[in-house]
Amino acid sequence: MAFEPKSPQKKLNYQELRIYSDAELNNYTEEELKNFKIKHPIPMCEELESGPWPSFVSDAKREALHRKKLGQGRLLTDADAVEDLLGQLEVSFEDGETHWKHGGIVGVSGYGGGVIGRYSDLPEKFPGVAHFHTIRLNQTMSKFYDTQFLRALSDLWEFRGSGLFNMHGSTGDIVFLGTITEQLEPIFQEAAHHLDQDIGGSGSNLRTPSCCIGKARCEFACYDTQDMCYEITMTYQDELHRPAFPYKFKIKFDGCPNCCVASIARSDISIIGTWCDDIQIDQAAVHAYIKGEVAPNAGAHGGRNWGKFDIQAEVIDRCPTKCMWMEGGNLRIDNKECVRCMHCINTMPRALKPGKDKGVMMLFGAKAPILEGAQMATLLVPFMRTEAPYDNVKAIIEKTWDYWMEEGKNRERLGELIQRKGLPAFLKAIGLPAAPHMVITPRANPYVFWDPADVPGGHTRDINDYRSRHAR
Amino acid sequence: MALSQDKFGIYNPDKPRDNRITDIGPRHFWQYFPPVIQKNYGKWAYHDILEPGVMVHVAESGDKIFTVRVGGMRLMSVELMREACDIADKYCDGYLRFTTRNNIEFLCTDESKLAALKTDLMSRKMQGGSYKFPIGGTGASITNVVHTQGYIHCHTPATDASSMVKAIMDDLFDYFTGMTLPAKVRVSMACCLNMCGAVHCSDIACLGYHRKPPAIDHDFLAKMCEIPLVVTACPLAAISPATTEDGKKTVKIKEDRCMFCGNCYTMCPALPLSDKTGDGVVILAGGKLSNRISAPKFSKVVVPYCPNNFPRFPEVTANIKKIVEAYAKDAMKYERLGDWAERIGWEKFFEKTGLPFTEHLIDDYRLAYDTYRTSTQFKFTDSSWAVSKAADGV
Repeated sequence: MAFEPKSPQKKLNYQELRIYSDAELNNYTEEELKNFKIKHPIPMCEELESGPWPSFVSDAKREALHRKKLGQGRLLTDADAVEDLLGQLEVSFEDGETHWKHGGIVGVSGYGGGVIGRYSDLPEKFPGVAHFHTIRLNQTMSKFYDTQFLRALSDLWEFRGSGLFNMHGSTGDIVFLGTITEQLEPIFQEAAHHLDQDIGGSGSNLRTPSCCIGKARCEFACYDTQDMCYEITMTYQDELHRPAFPYKFKIKFDGCPNCCVASIARSDISIIGTWCDDIQIDQAAVHAYIKGEVAPNAGAHGGRNWGKFDIQAEVIDRCPTKCMWMEGGNLRIDNKECVRCMHCINTMPRALKPGKDKGVMMLFGAKAPILEGAQMATLLVPFMRTEAPYDNVKAIIEKTWDYWMEEGKNRERLGELIQRKGLPAFLKAIGLPAAPHMVITPRANPYVFWDPADVPGGHTRDINDYRSRHAR
Repeated sequence: MALSQDKFGIYNPDKPRDNRITDIGPRHFWQYFPPVIQKNYGKWAYHDILEPGVMVHVAESGDKIFTVRVGGMRLMSVELMREACDIADKYCDGYLRFTTRNNIEFLCTDESKLAALKTDLMSRKMQGGSYKFPIGGTGASITNVVHTQGYIHCHTPATDASSMVKAIMDDLFDYFTGMTLPAKVRVSMACCLNMCGAVHCSDIACLGYHRKPPAIDHDFLAKMCEIPLVVTACPLAAISPATTEDGKKTVKIKEDRCMFCGNCYTMCPALPLSDKTGDGVVILAGGKLSNRISAPKFSKVVVPYCPNNFPRFPEVTANIKKIVEAYAKDAMKYERLGDWAERIGWEKFFEKTGLPFTEHLIDDYRLAYDTYRTSTQFKFTDSSWAVSKAADGV
């Protein structure tokens, strides 16, 4: 497939963009780092330097030293910011309580999200983090980068911020942690002008969409997750940057039912790839698995001796609908019974592949527990063929927003609205007929909210007519 | 054109609308794919995990791309990023990516550079002795813990995140570098109920939780908060308007109704919940996201409280170890932790892990009845015999 970006972007060249010289980037020795003490005592933090897992404390100390050696003249935020952050963390450990104040309204002009205000409640003790705001940058799809971009980003962030960031936050953004109010607009516009890079979402708006690795490096992807995620992100820039919703709204894109970006648990609209025809079988490869020539599950269990691969026990008997069997030495699948759980395909990826007629499912209403408890997404659209620019997907997204913006209460997620008003009301709003695949079982109570239009004569009653037949 | 080096750069505070670029979105992804990915986009045939942390993806054309996955830290410095860039430039033509679990993947097209790349990554250590780029996290392993900000950057946490994750991963490191488990075990961590991470559907989840109702800052509440919003913020209608003795508008709280969710504090800074002895960690287990074999499911509370024992949370790590070791010993190949618990029965889960079962683990919030056993099918355990004894039946 020929695939070209819709809007060519300028190629970034770090040598042209850079702020710091090589000498500045290599301004301390390992010996200096070894002997470096930050200005606050942090014995508990330092306990987190030992052990094999990468230590964020050791890493932060390194940044602290780098900032000290750069000096305040080469930084636009406090050179001691990282030292003060570690100092405040130590005090938080001692107190068993956070030392960040609640909220604080800051932002960039014209946007209502992407920046989160943060202030220390110990500003005299830790002036370097007195103002320590977050900026979310919209990540690239599936988080692929090159070093030109990442080095430029690092220089920008060290110069105008703390030099500490998250790659990435839970929603998917690159999260710049810690800058001052005065630098918010400069960072925003430097990123836009020099890096062709916008900021992401926060607050009651469309949060930055994210997708799985998809066709870039996965044989299971049933649709182009990157392209759809990019298209949706670009189409809804206004919704992403200017809060107009009752609450946050997340859209995530998983290429298959393995759900590597957790869309089914974490997004108000979850778009998951699937297929509607037969699983493709390569019988020769099935035999290779049976003979032990190829490790099952791409070698995922290679660290323990699980014995010889047993297709009956490991694949056929584990199939949730028992729709597979061996016949004449070949693997057979009754595809109309298959629920596309991916187990057989995950276990024998060289032998089995998703079908050829591929599309997406759309699920609605997932959220974390706050407030009424966690909700998993509900499968409504069972299969949808779609191609760029994905107009049929967008139409359902927009109908969903119309309904939620009309009916949703302040801070009510889509899933909570669906619970409050009932799934039938939501189906009506987005124009879909009811179907048994939407429920695990039909209702066990008979409390149907009958519409007057469905009952002959409607809901109008005449007590006199009733009494003409029944004495009081 | 270079990034600006003056205070405001491109931005002109006197004319903020001038020369402004907005709504351009992220950079386009295509340019960040190594040529082999551009060429074989959508045409991958299969992949193999060559060893823990090292994968090869093979395209229909026969082209290959090698991936070396290393454990990353969500909280990282630009210094570490630059070092990762040096490595990517040396071995990977400048290409690298990040996973949803904060790991770094070095994408290597030239197989001859793979061995040197691995050696280089494992040779790099922090001053404190930890690895900078430990290789692992593939297949039936425990990969990186997704987590939230905690004391590093959040105003509502009931515990810290980065420190707990470091302690957990130090303890589970052999599971990261090996692939010895029945299936992958996804561990996650959130500092409060807002759960800025999918901890509600993880094999093992750690959740910061408060145990004391909010303190009320009566003198400032009406100045800082909209009282009607505070009242409606409570899911259990425990908050109502009140007036202080000196006539200030405030709220009162029916403390026996409080479930410590913290939603009132989100709406009102005058109602802080965080408290040194009240706050701690809940451990949940048995959730999953994948649709493989069984449907996705929520994690269940298996330890109602561990103390915030900073900085290394020994009670948390010990409980996690108990769960992982019982699961590793007992579960069938491909069986996720929650599927194992359901197959053997949760009563057996508590027996095999040795975790105590207390009344805190029985749901008494909404829809709780759905979790009660309404059949005669159960397995005998020491706990069930204890009930028989209490009923004077044995």
